[in-house]
Amino acid sequence: MKTFIPAIIEGLQVFIVLLAGPLLVGWVRVLKCWAQGRASAGVFQPYRDLSKLFVKDVVLAHNASWIFRSAPYVFFGSTLMAGAVIPIVTTGVPLSATADIIALVALFALGRFFIALAGMDIGTAFGGMGSSREMMVASLAEPALLMSVFTVSLVAGSTSLTHIVEAVTSGIVMLRPSLAFALLAFALIIIAETGRIPIDNPATHLELTMIHEAMILEYSGRHLALIEWAGMMKLFLYFALCTALFFPWGIAGAGSFTMAAWALGALALKLVVFGFLIVLVETPLAKMRIFRVPEFLGMAFLFATLGMLSFFILE
Amino acid sequence: MTMNLAAQINGVLAALILLTSFGLLASRRVYGLLHIFAWQGFFLSVSTAVVGYSAGLHHLYISAVLTLALKVFALPYILYVLIHKLKIRKEVEEMVNIPTTLLIGIALVIFSYHLTAPVRELSTLMTRSTLAVALATVMLGLLMMITRKKAITQIIGFLALENGLFFAATSATYGMPLVVELGVALDILIAAFIFGIFFFQIRTSFDSLDLKEMEKLKEED
Repeated sequence: MKTFIPAIIEGLQVFIVLLAGPLLVGWVRVLKCWAQGRASAGVFQPYRDLSKLFVKDVVLAHNASWIFRSAPYVFFGSTLMAGAVIPIVTTGVPLSATADIIALVALFALGRFFIALAGMDIGTAFGGMGSSREMMVASLAEPALLMSVFTVSLVAGSTSLTHIVEAVTSGIVMLRPSLAFALLAFALIIIAETGRIPIDNPATHLELTMIHEAMILEYSGRHLALIEWAGMMKLFLYFALCTALFFPWGIAGAGSFTMAAWALGALALKLVVFGFLIVLVETPLAKMRIFRVPEFLGMAFLFATLGMLSFFILE
Repeated sequence: MTMNLAAQINGVLAALILLTSFGLLASRRVYGLLHIFAWQGFFLSVSTAVVGYSAGLHHLYISAVLTLALKVFALPYILYVLIHKLKIRKEVEEMVNIPTTLLIGIALVIFSYHLTAPVRELSTLMTRSTLAVALATVMLGLLMMITRKKAITQIIGFLALENGLFFAATSATYGMPLVVELGVALDILIAAFIFGIFFFQIRTSFDSLDLKEMEKLKEED
């Protein structure tokens, strides 16, 4: 019986990731509706959208290759794999040992790479445009993301996520400017990587401004459902990564089941707050010009580098 | 423990001062520059007060108050009035584009960290680690003076440089003697007035505050 426990924990974690992604997106949409004085469709609307897409037929272009058909599965799979690695409720996730934080960033990059390929595969103008924009954002966001993550690893003395969580929760509380800078950089990167306003508008289908939507314009049916689902999980995973790196208080230690219930409560509380923060950022802002994006991400890189420097200089 | 806490608070303030230095480099609007400059002065003043409290040096309180009055209120106000009267364009004009300037700035921070490493090893003061930040602030102010076209932004760069020197004095030796600090403060105030007069002179002679115009003064050869 004992040997099954890690598998059960891992299964539960994957289950939480699968369900919490759409729930978070639904919560953000509800909050946004409230902020703008509209009637909302409810927190569970993303589930309904997904189940509707799953029963619809797939319409494929004639010249679609295997890349186009396999990309949704690769994107979904790599995102789910990332979800299995991050300690969300407990640090006793068995798969956590398989990938450290650098491999995690690579997992996200793998999914994005295939979606960008698929965007160019059909040969439509919008797909290619979306792919090139996505790659531009990614090439600028990833160095900043790694830099920010390295700062936290330096403070914790490890690149393994479980070690970071344990080091931060058990260490003495200190004023650390390096972590503040890293958090600031990470917040900017979450916005860029998950395609939120002001970088990309997840609700738009206006041809000239879309980035992520332009790449997946040709998808339909279950393929589209998988991509949308993976996108929602990605938002949740960036949130989970942010809490694991910067606010790990409330994540249960390995092997304590009573703590796990508390950890679920803490997770729900953090999700609620995170939704409020997203809406607080998105409501007053407009989408920025695409040529301002490098400056935005350059700022993130600057913050992350300052974080790393202030770790060496001041701590 | 309070000693340690004071050192931590001072570290955070040093990080904020570094951040405002980069903010000065990154800002595109002249009024934004003034706000960031005022914030830098504020952090500097709080940092001086913290060092004064933890080291038990009461003359540092006087220089903290002086910094607060001069660099948070008086100088930004004088510059604001100048900008208003001269009807300067609101955008900052730069020679090197802003992302490149910021990258150079990062290189300068690493350089000054490397440069102050020996001092850090030898010093026993609580504030020794902030010396690198102070030197970086001086260098970033210098960088700002070099890379900006307009006189007003160069002046702000100069004042930020002076902030860095002041911070260096506090972090390396717990501040200069009070007489020196009073003298420097007065100098800065007088300098701001003279800058104002100069701005008007430059403007009436060249119809612009762009210092490129001054190259016309060279003799043809």
